[in-house]
Amino acid sequence: MAAARPLPRLDNDNRFFWTGGADGRLRLLQCQDCRTFVHPPRPVCRNCLSERVEPTEVAGTGVVDTFTVNHQKFHPAMEVPYVIARVAIDGAPGVILTTNIVGCPVDSVVIGDRVRARFEQHDDVWLPLFEKIAA
Amino acid sequence: MKGQAYITGVGMSEVAVRQTRHPLLLTLDAVREALDEAGLTIGQIDGVSTYPGRMPAYLGFSPVGADELIDALGIRARWYAGGGEISSQLGAVVAAATAVRAGLARHVICFRTVYEAAAMARPDEYPPLRRDRVDGASQWTAPFGAISAANWTAQYAMRHVSKYGLTREQLAQVALTDRAHAALNPRALVREPLTMEQYLSARMISTPLCLYDCDRFTDASTVLIVSSGDALDEVRCTPVRIAAMAGSVERHSWDQAEWMACYPTGAELWKHTDYTPADVDTVQLYDGFAFYPITWLEALGFCGVGEGGRFIEGGKRIALDGELPLNTFGGQIGAGRLHGFGFAHESVVQLRGKGGERQIPGDPKVAVATSGGGPLATALLLARD
Repeated sequence: MAAARPLPRLDNDNRFFWTGGADGRLRLLQCQDCRTFVHPPRPVCRNCLSERVEPTEVAGTGVVDTFTVNHQKFHPAMEVPYVIARVAIDGAPGVILTTNIVGCPVDSVVIGDRVRARFEQHDDVWLPLFEKIAA
Repeated sequence: MKGQAYITGVGMSEVAVRQTRHPLLLTLDAVREALDEAGLTIGQIDGVSTYPGRMPAYLGFSPVGADELIDALGIRARWYAGGGEISSQLGAVVAAATAVRAGLARHVICFRTVYEAAAMARPDEYPPLRRDRVDGASQWTAPFGAISAANWTAQYAMRHVSKYGLTREQLAQVALTDRAHAALNPRALVREPLTMEQYLSARMISTPLCLYDCDRFTDASTVLIVSSGDALDEVRCTPVRIAAMAGSVERHSWDQAEWMACYPTGAELWKHTDYTPADVDTVQLYDGFAFYPITWLEALGFCGVGEGGRFIEGGKRIALDGELPLNTFGGQIGAGRLHGFGFAHESVVQLRGKGGERQIPGDPKVAVATSGGGPLATALLLARD
């Protein structure tokens, strides 16, 4: 059997995020009092300390904040080269997701590229990968 | 000076890969050298501090804890600490300095022992980190193959490439300088110099970082003895004062933070001293990856944010006879992955004029030593009064 990617261990804090892809939606925790997005998910708002934080659907698009092309085989399940990127999520100020940019040549990604989430299921986890939005 | 903290003894074990000597005995080797240099005996030691403490799940990364060293060497510790949730490796020195300033101890052994190369060679005895499922901070990066700190660091470096025009030739100056200095250090792990041609033809690890931009697993122990200003009459060496220290962070995350923690830490350091960057004779800046010293130079105010690449361009400024010699022992890229402690060790060596072939000219009195990358950062300002 081929080695699997390292996958997150699901718990009550993170399950909504990692299973959001089941219905194709990217969800982030948002404070219901001050509207700050809270990521990584924690049961309290880092801005106002409210405990009223709830998973909220976001558009699932964003901008490449920065990236790298990884050439080193750090994990047997990951074919190299691949693009690792930080994506700043539209509509969720301050939230950045580390992800992969897929569906394009690895040397075609630049900072500022507009991207959209595309979920990929691995066991009970849906990984939010991103692909470029055609200009 | 009363109420101040000093580094008195410094010591180091043999630095090599795939060592078979027990990691506790490597630590003892470094302790013995440091005690000897300071003119202290083990009976005078009353504190121990380490980073990150013994890590049972990943013994190669940290095979020896404070508890174990206290017990094994019969130290009567009035104060001790060991843990990873501090501001990086030299945070253990900040803790020790704080303790001696508060009167909790007089002479504290600070140590960092690494055994990563030995562990790779002997996985049955020192098993690698095994994770079927990841949690905590790793869950946000590892599922996307962002497994190594090289990947996390490379993304910050790419921003410098894109935003500030950092070139490969500029970045290369860190590895070239480290390797040139390591060639003059008899204890360095890698003693062959590196050429620009070799650098530019090296394989990429994670753009823009190539093979030579990364340190590599090393087996060694480094010890610094931190002593109270009230106890200097007990030592037989030139004490080096910890004139200022800082370790700040805004977001403890590799991906939510816009800036690495070196930036707030560098600014914080100068709030605790009358010295300014112009007073600094040498900088020993953490280089687990070659991009880090560039950010530390910016963070500490030796140049503006984004100007680090141009600051080191050509390498003359940071050479042994330059205006700001960098990593005179070879850094981790040349001297081995001593993991943070090597930078403070070398600062003391240089300020005492004991650098031998690699001694910087003049009469250096002030050095900056740093450790950490990403959300981890500690800076120490060291002065010979």
